[in-house]
Amino acid sequence: MEANPRSTGRLPAAFLTPGSSSFLDFLSAYSPELLPSHRKLPEGVLDAPHGTTIVAVTFDGGVVLAGDRRATMGNMIAQRDMEKVFPADEYSAVAIAGTAGLAVEMVKLFQLELEHFEKVEGATLSLEGKANRLSTMIRGNLGMAMQGLAVVPLFAGWDEGKGKGRIFSYDVTGGRSEEQGYAATGSGSIFARGSMKKLYSPDLTEHQATTLVVQALYDAADDDSATGGPDMARRIYPLVTVITEEGFRRLTEAESSELARSVTERRLTQPDGPRAALL
Amino acid sequence: MSTPFYVSPQQAMADRAEYARKGIARGRSLVVLQYTDGIVFVGENPSRALHKFSEIYDRIGFAAAGKYNEYENLRIGGVRYADLRGYTYDRDDVTARGLANVYAQTLGTIFSSAGEKPYEVELVVAEVGDEPEGDQIYRLPHDGSIVDEHGSVAVGGNAEQISSFLDQRHRDGMSLAEALKLAVQALSRDTNGSEREIPAERLEVAVLDRTRPQQRKFKRIVGRQLSRLLQADNAAVTKTDEPSDEVPEE
Repeated sequence: MEANPRSTGRLPAAFLTPGSSSFLDFLSAYSPELLPSHRKLPEGVLDAPHGTTIVAVTFDGGVVLAGDRRATMGNMIAQRDMEKVFPADEYSAVAIAGTAGLAVEMVKLFQLELEHFEKVEGATLSLEGKANRLSTMIRGNLGMAMQGLAVVPLFAGWDEGKGKGRIFSYDVTGGRSEEQGYAATGSGSIFARGSMKKLYSPDLTEHQATTLVVQALYDAADDDSATGGPDMARRIYPLVTVITEEGFRRLTEAESSELARSVTERRLTQPDGPRAALL
Repeated sequence: MSTPFYVSPQQAMADRAEYARKGIARGRSLVVLQYTDGIVFVGENPSRALHKFSEIYDRIGFAAAGKYNEYENLRIGGVRYADLRGYTYDRDDVTARGLANVYAQTLGTIFSSAGEKPYEVELVVAEVGDEPEGDQIYRLPHDGSIVDEHGSVAVGGNAEQISSFLDQRHRDGMSLAEALKLAVQALSRDTNGSEREIPAERLEVAVLDRTRPQQRKFKRIVGRQLSRLLQADNAAVTKTDEPSDEVPEE
C-alpha cells in the first residue's frame, strides 16, 4: 500500500492488531513522524503566523463559538480571512488561537480522532471525553509551546445527556476548565471578556448570543491591534457558528454580514458599544 | 522420524479454499444493491451491536460475511488505512479501489501462506459516486481475488442463489423502498426454495446516500424509518412487483 512503501501490499500487522480505538495511539505506534508532538524542533524561537481572538457564549438551547479573521506575524497582518472555528464533529466545534499552522494541524487530527473513534466503536464519545482528548493533544504540544509555538483552543459542544451547550477552555499545558456562560482566548481576549461580562445574561436567545459575540469581537479589535474587526470593504466578517440539539451550523455569509452590519452601524453613533447600567 | 505425507499444491489450495468456503457458508447472507440515490446494504442480523455493515470513509462502506473476529479485524484495518491515507494526502484521495486492493493483497497473502489459517470471510467494499454511474462495488472472496460488481451483489451462505435471484430482478433507478423490498425478498428465500418471514427487527440496513448534505454519506436505517420504508414497499407491492418481474423476460 502506498502509505507504507516498505510493505508487500498487505495491510501491515499494526493495522490488524485489535486494541485502541484512538487514531492518535495508532499513529504514534505506526507512523510517529506524522504527529506534530513527535517532531524534533530546531533551537531558538520561531516567528510564525498567529491566530488571535476567539470567543464562546452559551444561550438557552445551545452554544455559539466565533472568531475574528486575522492572523498576525509580529506587527504584520499575515492573513485577513483566516478561519479559526472548525466543526469537531456533528455536535461540537473547536476554535483556535495561537500558532496558526500547528493549530490547524491539531484541529485536523482532533476531528480525525473523533471520527475514527466513532467508526471503530460505532458510538460517539461523550462531550467530556472529547474535551479530554483535546486536552491530551495540547499537553503533547508543550515542548513547542515553550518555543513560542503555543496552541490554545476553545472547545464547545452540545451535551446530549445534560441537554445544554457547554464551553471548555484550555491553558498551554493542556489544563482544561469548564467555563460558565462565556469564554474568550487569544490576544484580544481581555477586551472581549470584559465586553461579554457586561452584555451576557443567562437567558439569551440564539440571535442575541450571535450578536453578543460580534460585539465582543468588535471590542477586542477596537483595543487589540492583532484582532481584526469586520472588514466591510473586503466583505470579511467574523466567523460565527452555532451548536444546538440539531447539530453544528455555520452562519451563512448573508447572516454574518447582516450581524456585522447592524453592530457596525450602531457603533457609528455609539463608538464604545452598548452601555450597561451603572448600578 | 516419520516422513510427512506428500500433499500436492493443488490439493493443498483446494483444501484451504474448501475450508474457507465452508466457514463463510455458515454465516447468514447479505446483499448490497444500487438504488437511484446510492447504495443500500441489507442483511439479516439478530444483533443490534455487532454490525455486518460499517462506514470506512466519507463515501465508502464495508460489508462482510463469515467469521466475526476476522472481518472485524479487517474492518478496523480498513478504517485505519483510510484515515491515515486521508490524513497524509486528502480526503478525496481515499478510494474504494485502493482499499479493495489492500484487502485483496491481505486476503491473498494470508490465503496462500501455509503458516496461516485462511480467513473465513467474504467482503464487499462499496463507494457511492456523485452520479449512479460513479458507484463502485467490489466483492472480495476469501482467496484475494477482486470482483467488480454492478447493480447487486450477495455474499455469505446462500450467495449464489440469492445473486441469481437479484440479477434477474434488479434494475437501475430503483427507489430505496423498492431496492429494500427486493433485498428482503432475496434474503427470505431458503436454500430449498421455500420462503420465510424476516421481521424488521432482525434486519440490519445501511445506506451510502449521495444526496446526504454531510461529507460522510454512510447512514444506518433503523427503527421507525426502517419500518416506514418496509411498509411503503408493502403498499407498493402491486405496483413494483410487475415491472421487476418483467425485466428478465425482456
